[in-house]
Amino acid sequence: MRIINTSSIVYRQLKDKAFFIAICVLSSVMAIPLIAILFELIQKGYKQISFPFFTETAPSTLDAMMAKSAGELIPGGIVNGITGTLLIVSIAALIAIPTGILGGVYLAEKPKSIFSTIVRFLTELIQGTPSIIIGVIAYAWIVVPFGSYSAIAGSIALAIMMLPLIVRSTEETLKMLPRSLKEAGLALGSSYTNVVLKVLLPSAFNGLFTGILLAISRVTGETAPLMLTALGSTVINWDINNPTSSVSLLIWEFYNDPYLIDLIWSSSLFLLLLILALNLIAKYIVQRTSR
Amino acid sequence: MNHILELKDLSISYTPGKFAVNKVCATIEENSITAIMGPSGCGKSTLLRAINRMHELYPDIKISGEILLKGNNILQMNPMIVRRMAGMVFQHPNPFPTMSIANNVLAGYNLNGIKLSKGGKEEIVESCLSSVGLWNEVKDSLNKMGTFLSGGQQQRLCIARALALKPDVLLMDEPTSALDPIATNRIEELLLELKKQLTIIIVTHNMSQAARISDHSMFMYLGDLIEYGNTEQMFTNPKDKKTEEYLNGQFG
Ligand SMILES: Nc1ncnc2c1ncn2[C@@H]1O[C@H](COP(=O)(O)OP(=O)(O)OP(=O)(O)O)[C@@H](O)[C@H]1O
Ligand SMILES: [Mg+2]
Repeated sequence: MRIINTSSIVYRQLKDKAFFIAICVLSSVMAIPLIAILFELIQKGYKQISFPFFTETAPSTLDAMMAKSAGELIPGGIVNGITGTLLIVSIAALIAIPTGILGGVYLAEKPKSIFSTIVRFLTELIQGTPSIIIGVIAYAWIVVPFGSYSAIAGSIALAIMMLPLIVRSTEETLKMLPRSLKEAGLALGSSYTNVVLKVLLPSAFNGLFTGILLAISRVTGETAPLMLTALGSTVINWDINNPTSSVSLLIWEFYNDPYLIDLIWSSSLFLLLLILALNLIAKYIVQRTSR
Repeated sequence: MNHILELKDLSISYTPGKFAVNKVCATIEENSITAIMGPSGCGKSTLLRAINRMHELYPDIKISGEILLKGNNILQMNPMIVRRMAGMVFQHPNPFPTMSIANNVLAGYNLNGIKLSKGGKEEIVESCLSSVGLWNEVKDSLNKMGTFLSGGQQQRLCIARALALKPDVLLMDEPTSALDPIATNRIEELLLELKKQLTIIIVTHNMSQAARISDHSMFMYLGDLIEYGNTEQMFTNPKDKKTEEYLNGQFG
């Protein structure tokens, strides 16, 4: 029997404790700015958030000026931004989800092919590309040839940004599925396509859904690529060929107008809560499946 | 007796020059149970998986020789047809996690795009689950997910899933290695029942299992088929010294 040195065990336990406390302290320090941001937004923005905030379009400078001089709250809301974000992001998702999933299936199934290497490299490249540059590309590809700023141009820019996230999350989720699942499907005489569509993708659903939600939440707040593509609009627009506003674009416009600047707080609060909600849903799904 | 399956000089390698199955020749009779035995790594699974062309999924694997299923070389047939004629049950139960019990049984039809009437579906589900002895246990929870079942039930579900397509040959890779003796027993009884309708090839590490259920036995060693013959004869009077040592538990 070896003699156990109790003092060294006590020392190690102490070290463990100290390490744990350090982790707790540091992570709460990191949480402080986040909580501070939320607190500030709520404090400065809650007054503006009311029913008209969700039903009326953004006010003009004149209206805001008059309300301010009368000492009233600025009238109007951000509904043109909300509908615009909804339109642009939905179309972007419609483009990016099927493309991204197919790309992810390919990467998971043929991990070593040359084409996969290229695709993987490209997704990394896109992921590292500043969003303004993606905006410039969408501007050159769509706005210039079609001669007009449009929601679809914005959607394509956002779709490009979503693609790498969806491709990679699809690939990772599929790679985690046991090989036996695919073999079981094929052993029944199924075609390869049917195994992918009816066995693999449904089994990977939670992972795919999480990836998609995270990709959506990632682009919902994007501003730079939309400035060059969707441009913005003072009215509610549902036509993908017309310039369209978004919540993020409205924040930028409000910021640039001394009479509207007070609106940035409420709009930012709304955008932050929206993205937070998307992230929480994604997290909830991950937790539910890993249990 | 009809020869449903014939292996001619079958060789399989994962890495060039290294044969996991080496020039195996054998003919397998219709409506019989053939057990494949041998120490771990001797190539049993590799041989079995060649018969329904599972190796094709992995391009590094090279196969030479012939496998004749009802006289046709399966390597020249459409793999989807081969796999429907030769069903497979894997070592670990692998029901489809997103499908209900009933849909697991019907998976072969759904995946092959074969449309069935509601009555036809119910009939297949009931008859297949009954033949694996699972019907009474699950008939009230057919819409529950297949993965909710116990390991033994899942394995029987997987057998039902393979049987639903009415294969001519059933390939089983240690189907009872993850099961308790009672569940194992039920599957053995089932196999004896099933051999009236089809031909079964079963890989097993359990020698008493092979002795109990199989008509013929193969003994493999390092990729070679050392001995192949009548089970009773092989267990009482093996021809090869290696077989004898293996059956006596001297290695493996
Ligand atoms: N995917 C693979 N890649 C490379 N070599 C492999 C692979 N699968 C099996 N082998 C090799 O092929 C040989 C036969 O393997 P196989 O799985 O057929 O053995 P087995 O008889 O089924 O063994 P066990 O009883 O342990 O299941 C072994 O030497 C193994 O190392
Ligand atoms: Mg094996």
